[in-house]
Amino acid sequence: MTHQATEMSAAAQPRPLTRNTILMAIAALICALILPQFANAYVTEVATTVLLYVVLCLGLNIVVGYAGLLDLGYAAFFAVGAYTSGILTAEFGFNFWLTIPIAMVAACIAGIIIGTPTLRLRSDYLAIVTLGFGEIVRIIARNLEITGGASGLIGIERPEIFGFKLMQVQHFYYAFLVLVLITVFVCLSVERSRIGRAWFYVRYDEDAAAGIGINRVWIKLQAYMMGAVIASVAGCLYAAKMTAISPESFTFAQSLIILLGVVLGGMGRIPGVILGAVLVALLPEVLRGVGTYRPLATAVALLAIMLFRPNGLWPDKRV
Amino acid sequence: MTLDLVIQQLVNGLIVGSFYALIALGYTMVYGIIKLLNFAHGDIYMTGSFVGLVVLSVVGVWVGNGWLGVACALLVSMTVVGFLGVVIERFAYRPMRNASRLSILITALGASMVLNGGALALTGGRHSAFNADLGYAGIDISSVHITYTQMVLVGASLALMAGLQMFITRTMYGKAMRAVSIDMGASRLMGIDVDRIIMLTFFIGSALAAGGGVMAGAYYGSVHFFMGFVMGLKAFTAAVIGGIGSVPGAMLGGLLLGLLEAFGSSLPFIGSEWRDVFVFGGLILFLVFKPTGMLGRSVVERV
Repeated sequence: MTHQATEMSAAAQPRPLTRNTILMAIAALICALILPQFANAYVTEVATTVLLYVVLCLGLNIVVGYAGLLDLGYAAFFAVGAYTSGILTAEFGFNFWLTIPIAMVAACIAGIIIGTPTLRLRSDYLAIVTLGFGEIVRIIARNLEITGGASGLIGIERPEIFGFKLMQVQHFYYAFLVLVLITVFVCLSVERSRIGRAWFYVRYDEDAAAGIGINRVWIKLQAYMMGAVIASVAGCLYAAKMTAISPESFTFAQSLIILLGVVLGGMGRIPGVILGAVLVALLPEVLRGVGTYRPLATAVALLAIMLFRPNGLWPDKRV
Repeated sequence: MTLDLVIQQLVNGLIVGSFYALIALGYTMVYGIIKLLNFAHGDIYMTGSFVGLVVLSVVGVWVGNGWLGVACALLVSMTVVGFLGVVIERFAYRPMRNASRLSILITALGASMVLNGGALALTGGRHSAFNADLGYAGIDISSVHITYTQMVLVGASLALMAGLQMFITRTMYGKAMRAVSIDMGASRLMGIDVDRIIMLTFFIGSALAAGGGVMAGAYYGSVHFFMGFVMGLKAFTAAVIGGIGSVPGAMLGGLLLGLLEAFGSSLPFIGSEWRDVFVFGGLILFLVFKPTGMLGRSVVERV
């Protein structure tokens, strides 16, 4: 009994940061920093998209990978951030950086609204409800005047830092890189915190976790809120970069792609999720020649992974 | 609200409702038996529609595009897609039976995406015309024109549902299906070949959805690779409203949802754009407040 308990608490600790891991991370960071110097605008643009997906997948990983809540409507949080920031800058002339905390609050509220009904649901129902919410958010964005309707929101201002306007691809590349670093840091900290362990226990056996005093409701809501905030900040930056957003960027297909990134690489582990995000973001480029067969190929790949390597390509060895 | 509008919406609601019911039956039967929400089910409906389209264009050369052609398309599509459902179960779901819930759900998503992707690849994302020549003859009830087509479609759906109900309550296989959905382990001990019963469940569920698909294709005139998505969600809503795991519940839920949707979209402030939000909102409310639906059983989870 004690032996099992020790095993469980040992399993709940994430893998320690070994020297090799840190060296690899530094190497990757250096490559990422110098990339725009050697690459043309197109490659930098693709790399920026990769960074965006890394952030989104890390955020979804908190909800799905850490807390075990299969969220099929994650793009809704992305939309909340993008539209909040977009509307505030385009319609009301807010300073971009001021919209970020506002978008974060909006995301928290969205997380609570979406999370609360799902608290007592089994995973299947939870998935469908989150899917439904994702659709609801998209339809709202499509139907309201203030969000620009079906043709979307245009005229979003580019942000400025100390008078320096972010205009070119490289600028946004570095902005997203900073966001990636912040997100990775946040995820690493949260993994090792009490909340991270609590999520692990809730995912492993919810009733037992309640039995040792974990507040299931609050823990789950926290997972949703954290995931929502990360997606929403990414959304702010995305809106600023594109200067125009439409409901079509926030469909179920988008939520699926983000989920794919989390699942493919290995749920629960940061390096795995980053790998998955990179794969998923590069997929449209790699399969460019295949045209309409691309979604089919992606789907077959997903099925193959689920059947043969169900924990992803680079999985979490704990559970 | 005028009488005409009421009758019109009644007709619309019943037709859409019977499609929902046919698809919801598949969801509820599969869930009742292996506690899995088959995400691919909506896409099975879509596949059924496509297969029906292909069959009709082939057979239509000989028997025309009228009722006979549609009936052939219906039979062939139901059989073929029924087997497709069995194949999906056998190769995608059965290996995952002991895996974590998350993995099973993601596999189901994968199966759904494969069907979607396949249809996208074959049609290039365009709508395809379902050339059913069913005519507009019908009867008139106080300036509302109800076509024979509509009546036959609703009648056919009701016939299928009645057939299913009889199958489940009066045949040995039906009894076995009910037994497996109550307790799989005990059924095995009683000598029921559970794997076979599961395959049968998938076959029937998929065949019904395919039937709905062919009828929808004939009725609306076009087929699109993404039509299964929203249909699937709404049919799931119907299954939940009626009580997931309950066959009469799925039928009731489907018809009810169709009527609710038809009457709801004629309310002044809920235009047709908000119709989907109305439906999803209803789903969420039901799941929060009455997850067992109207006719479902309370499931007690053993800890």
